[in-house]
Amino acid sequence: MKHVKTLNTQTLNNTVKKGGCGECQTSCQSACKTSCTVGNQTCEQKK
Amino acid sequence: MVHQYKNNGYNIVLDVNSGAVHVVDGLCYDVIAELEEAPESQTAEHLKAPETLERLKEKLGGTYDAKDIEEALADVVELAEAGRLFTPDTHECLIEEVKKRKTVVKALCLHIAHDCNLACRYCFAEEGEYHGRRALMSYEVGRKALDFLIANSGSRRNLEVDFFGGEPLMNWQVVKDLVAYGRSQEKLHNKRFRFTVTTNGVLLNDEIQEFVNKEMDNVVLSLDGRKEVNDAMRPFRNGKGSYDLIVPKLQKLARSRNQEKYYIRGTFTRNNLDFAEDILHFADLGFQQMSIEPVVGEETDPYAIREEDIPAIKREYDRLAQIMIDREKKGKGFHFFHFMIDLDGGPCVAKRLSGCGSGTEYLAVTPWGDFYPCHQFVGQEAFLMGNVEEGIFRPEIADEFRSCNVYSKEKCKNCFAKFYCSGGCMANAYNFHGTIHDTYEIGCEMQRKRVECAIMMKAALAEEDSEG
Repeated sequence: MKHVKTLNTQTLNNTVKKGGCGECQTSCQSACKTSCTVGNQTCEQKK
Repeated sequence: MVHQYKNNGYNIVLDVNSGAVHVVDGLCYDVIAELEEAPESQTAEHLKAPETLERLKEKLGGTYDAKDIEEALADVVELAEAGRLFTPDTHECLIEEVKKRKTVVKALCLHIAHDCNLACRYCFAEEGEYHGRRALMSYEVGRKALDFLIANSGSRRNLEVDFFGGEPLMNWQVVKDLVAYGRSQEKLHNKRFRFTVTTNGVLLNDEIQEFVNKEMDNVVLSLDGRKEVNDAMRPFRNGKGSYDLIVPKLQKLARSRNQEKYYIRGTFTRNNLDFAEDILHFADLGFQQMSIEPVVGEETDPYAIREEDIPAIKREYDRLAQIMIDREKKGKGFHFFHFMIDLDGGPCVAKRLSGCGSGTEYLAVTPWGDFYPCHQFVGQEAFLMGNVEEGIFRPEIADEFRSCNVYSKEKCKNCFAKFYCSGGCMANAYNFHGTIHDTYEIGCEMQRKRVECAIMMKAALAEEDSEG
């Protein structure tokens, strides 16, 4: 595409089927403790 | 739903429901903005209809060449057909499943010491005492908490235990004994404990460092940045600053962990709205993993972030992002927790819809064994959920936390960042509005800015990669 550069290949919809295992880290255990930062957590299945 | 913004010379389009991120030229940016104005025209079928092109030519023809508009629209159609632009929200229908899901407890925040050797002025734990009395957790209480976690974690293998306080190193022998107990239970129950510790570093020594490096998956080290900033807010009880004693210890620990699996974590207040300087100070001290969080306090606290501070904070995040890109390009990059975003391998939709897990998957345990939804609720009796002896005796609290999500909060519905913060911190919402089903607007403003910066940095560094 001439006018667009897409930065990612995955979409959220792709994670619906395989997601939800719950093995990933709880967000407040990482570094925040006073905010909610879920979007930067890593998926355990992709480690 | 689409969110468009310009930052650092990049035209960025976030397709909220798919999570797709596009960097576009000025023409395509304007085309998408026009189409966003008319939600009914966002299906691939409508986008391909001749009247859509005609409308765009009419609106944008004064600025752009007709042939270019047609070409840009073709790109938009391709993205829409691939489910990467104007993607409908298919997540909301999953929310009933998320709310009804059977949750298991997988993480505990063990308040191993309600006592502290510092007297930080902004401490939500009130110098470790949490609206209560000074106390150290006994081994017996800690062991029962770990037993509770094992028994209530279902088939979940990875269990997280954070040694928190107050200052956990003030009860170090119990920490060591609990780690040993946890390890002894792993094979018996097919579990893996991930221990972490959050410390101010005052009592760090070689023996503790060795143990931490052997047993702790992550270490959170508290320091606020520049000496004058740190010492103004993080003094000892006698008023003397803590910087000089702590910094060498924290540097040594970070080096001994090969600059991995730790965070140097600070708090900024309205007294240091130039907090990028504190982040850079961390980097100049040799740290590579860092976080600086906005302070959480009463509106009346002189150091609390106010609404009027938001423009300056946003400018500072922009400035930090630009400096980080520059340093990365020079091979001197570092990680800033709030700008970390994994556009391809981030959390699944289920995680984004279920939020931080407080009150359901994550509980805080006081020194005497009481359970609260998270560390920030400790000491507020309305949120006392149970204890290590009796288990959870007020499950309705967990039900309320389970029902709280981005679709249950009116303010989140139209927010582009909802799948990155998952509705934000429930403790912040409660502290400002008296209910967890609301949002803390100042926090939201900062969160949105951080997401924008994080995505912009991806765009800038992707460009660098492609230039080779």
